[in-house]
Amino acid sequence: MHPTRKRRLIIVLLMVAAAAVAIGLTVFALQKNVTYLFSPTEVLNGKAPAHSPFRLGGVVKEHSIHRDPSSLKVDFVVTDRFHDMPVQYTGILPDLFRVGQSVIATGQMDGKHFKATEILAKHDSTYMPKEVADAIKKAEAAGRAKNAEHKTAAPAAPTQGGDAH
Amino acid sequence: MIPELAQFALVLALLLALAQSLLPLAGAWSGSRALMSVARPAAYGQALFVAAAFVLLAYSFLVHDFSVAYVADNSNLALPWYYRIAAVWGAHEGSLLLWALILNVWTVALCAFSRQLPEVFASRVIAILGLISVGFLLFMLLTSDPFTRLLPAPANGADLNPVLQDPGMTFHPPVLYMGYVGFSVAFAFSIAALLGGGMEKHWVRWARPWTNVAWGFLSLGIVAGSWWAYAELGWGGWWFWDPVENASFMPWLVGAALIHAQAVTEKRGSLSAWTVLLSIFAFSLSLLGTFLVRSGVLTSVHAFASDPKRGVFILIFLAIVVGASLLLYAIRAPKVVSGRSFAGMSRETGILIGNLLLTVAAAMVLLGTLFPLIGDAFGWGRISVGPPYFGTLFILLMAPLVFLMPFGPFARWGRADNGELKRVLIHCALFGLIVGGVLIAWLWSRAVDHLQLVLGAVGAAYVLRGVIMYVLKRWRGVPRGRRYPAEMAGMLLAHLGVAVFLVGALLTNALSIERDVRMAPGKLQEIGGYQMRFEGVKHVKGPNWTAEQATVTVLDDGKTIAVMHPQKRTYDGGQIQTEAAVDAGITRDLYVAVGEDLGDGAWAMRLYDKPFIRWIWGGGVLMMAGGFIAAADRRFRVRRQVSDAQTNALVESQT
Repeated sequence: MHPTRKRRLIIVLLMVAAAAVAIGLTVFALQKNVTYLFSPTEVLNGKAPAHSPFRLGGVVKEHSIHRDPSSLKVDFVVTDRFHDMPVQYTGILPDLFRVGQSVIATGQMDGKHFKATEILAKHDSTYMPKEVADAIKKAEAAGRAKNAEHKTAAPAAPTQGGDAH
Repeated sequence: MIPELAQFALVLALLLALAQSLLPLAGAWSGSRALMSVARPAAYGQALFVAAAFVLLAYSFLVHDFSVAYVADNSNLALPWYYRIAAVWGAHEGSLLLWALILNVWTVALCAFSRQLPEVFASRVIAILGLISVGFLLFMLLTSDPFTRLLPAPANGADLNPVLQDPGMTFHPPVLYMGYVGFSVAFAFSIAALLGGGMEKHWVRWARPWTNVAWGFLSLGIVAGSWWAYAELGWGGWWFWDPVENASFMPWLVGAALIHAQAVTEKRGSLSAWTVLLSIFAFSLSLLGTFLVRSGVLTSVHAFASDPKRGVFILIFLAIVVGASLLLYAIRAPKVVSGRSFAGMSRETGILIGNLLLTVAAAMVLLGTLFPLIGDAFGWGRISVGPPYFGTLFILLMAPLVFLMPFGPFARWGRADNGELKRVLIHCALFGLIVGGVLIAWLWSRAVDHLQLVLGAVGAAYVLRGVIMYVLKRWRGVPRGRRYPAEMAGMLLAHLGVAVFLVGALLTNALSIERDVRMAPGKLQEIGGYQMRFEGVKHVKGPNWTAEQATVTVLDDGKTIAVMHPQKRTYDGGQIQTEAAVDAGITRDLYVAVGEDLGDGAWAMRLYDKPFIRWIWGGGVLMMAGGFIAAADRRFRVRRQVSDAQTNALVESQT
C-alpha cells in the first residue's frame, strides 16, 4: 500500500477504535451513574427503586425537623403537598435548608424511611428547581384527577410552589 | 437620564458593529480598500460606546440609582463600593455587558497588533468579531437590557447574591470571560482563512499567540472559580462537575487541543483542517457555556437566569454560528489542506492522539452535562449524572495523555528517533516507579493503603522527569541564549503544571480528612494530627451583614499554630451564607465551616484537613503562565511578510 494511504488508514482505524472504546465506556459509566428524581407520591406509588439510590425532591414540611441533641442526626419530612416521605440524614444541612424550602435529597429507601446521603437546597430562596416544581405539579395533577374520580368535595390543594422564577 | 444615555450608547455600538462587520466583508469580497479600511475605525468606535455603557452602569451602581431595575435587584445602600463594582457583572444582564466589553477589548487589541497582516485578511478577522458582537448586542437589547427602568424607584435595593460577595468573585468572571471570549479571535482567524481559501498560509502563526493568551486566561479563570467555590460554598471541594463548571471546562479542553494542533499546522502545515475545526469547536463551546449558564435549562448550583426567551435567543444564535461556520468549513476546508506527511512515530502522531483524547474528554463532559436535557426530551424521567461518571471517564482518558506527555518535546517532527523515545520512556518510567516504590514502602510501614496517592505521585514524577530530561538536553546541546525560546519555555512550564496539578488533585482526593462533628465549647477534636479547640461563638457585624463568628484554635502538640474564625452570616436581605475559615499551607490546608446552632453553646462544624490542595491551583497557574510565555515568543511578532504590492495582487486575484 502507498505509505500515505497506509498512514491514513492507520489514523482512521485508530480514531474508530478510540471512538468505540469511548462510546462503550461512556454508556457503561452513564448506566452506573445516572440517578432519577422522584416525588414522595411517585415513591409511594412504587415508581422509585427499592434498593438503589435515587433523588427525592419536594418541600420541607412544617414542624417536621427534629434534631438529635447529642449527634448530627436529623430527621424531617419532604412533601409534595399530597404525600409525605420521612427522611433521615446525618451531617450538616445546607445554609438554605428550612421549612417550606424546596430540597433535593440523594439517598435510598431504608424500610419506610428515605436515608439521605446528601441534601441540596437552592441558593436563591425564591427559586424552585425546575425538577421539583415539575414533580409537585405532577403530583398536583394526579391529586386533582383522583379528586375528580372520587367526586369528593375536598377543597382544592394549595397551588403554591409552581414554577417560581 | 444616565441609563437612557447608556442605552443609546449600546444602540450606537450595535450600528457600528454592523458597519464593522458588513462593510469590510463586502470590501474584502469586492476588493475595495475603502470599504476594508472601515473595519478598524468602526471597531474602535464600537469599543468606545460599549465601554461607555459599561462605565455608566458601574456609575449607576456607585450612586445607588435604584430606578434602574438591574441596580435595584443587585445592590443596596449598605453594599461596599468594591462589591457595587463587582455587582455590575453579578447577574445576567450585566455579565452580558461584560461579555460584550471584553469582546471589544480583544477586538481593539487585535486591531492594534494586526497592522502587519495583509489588509484583506485583517479586515475579515475584524469583521467576523464584529458579527459576533452584533449577536451579543442584539441579545442584550432585545432580551436582557441592563438599563430597564424601575418606576417608581424603590428606596433601597435588594442585595447582591451573598455568594458573590467575595474577593474571588470580583475577578473570577472577568478573567474567565477573557478566556471564553478570547477564543473568538482564534475562531475569527479560522473563518477568515476559510473565506480567503488557501491563500493565507501564515494564518495559523498569526492566530497562535491569541489562542495561547486566551487559553491562559481561561486557565486562570477556572482556577479562580475553583478556589472561590472552595472558599465560599463551604463544602471544601474544589471541583463538582457542576454544569456551569463543565461549561468552562469544555472550551478549556478543546483549547488545549487547539494550541497543540496549531503548533503542528504552523510548523508542518499538516492537520490544518483539524485546526480550523477545533477553533470552531472551542468558540462554539464558549457560546454553549454562555447558553447553559444563562438559560437556566439545567439545574445547577449557580445558574441564575431562567427566562425561556433568552435561552431560545442564545440557542438560535448558537445554531447560526455553528451551522454557518461548519457549512463554510465543509465547502472550503479541502482548499486549506496541505502539509508534509509524517510517520507513525512522530511528534505529529503524538499530538494527534493527544488531541483526540482531549476532544473525546470534552465530548464526554458535554454528553454528561446535556444528558439530563436529552433524557427530559425523550421522556426518560428526571435524570442527573453523578460525579463518578465524569471522574472515572476523565481519569481513564487523561491517563494515556499523561503517558504521552514526556515524549512530546523529544519526538521529532516527521519521523521520531525511536531509540531516543525508548530512552525517555525508560528514564521517566524508572523514575516514576522508584518514587512509587519508595512511597509504597513508606505507606506499608504506616499501614496506609492509597492507590490514588501512589498513582498521583508516580504520574507526577513521570511527567516531571520528562520535563527535567528535556531541560537538561537543551542545556547541554544548545549554545547559551538559544536554549529555551519563549515558546518552548511556555510548553515546559505548562507540562510542569500538569505534574503539579496531578500531585494536588490525587493527593487531596486520597488524603483529605473530612469530618462533620458536634462541638461544644472547650472541646478538642483531633484532625490530621492537629487538635482543634472550639472556643465559643460571638456576634459580629459587617457592612451589610451580621454573623455568628466561631473561634477555633488549632494546636499542634499543645502549641497554638492558628486561630480560625469561621462565620455564619445573615445578610440584611435575609440570606444566610457560610464563610469558611482556611489556614492555608503548601502541604496542607485546614478548613473550618460552621453548621447549625445545636443549643447549649454547641455547634455543628465541618473540619477538613486538605493536604496539597494548593498544588491543584498552582498547577493551573503554571499552565496559565505557560500559555502567556509561549505567546510572547519572538517568532510570533509578525514582521511585514506581505508587502502592499502583494496585498494588491491578492485583492486583484480575488476579484
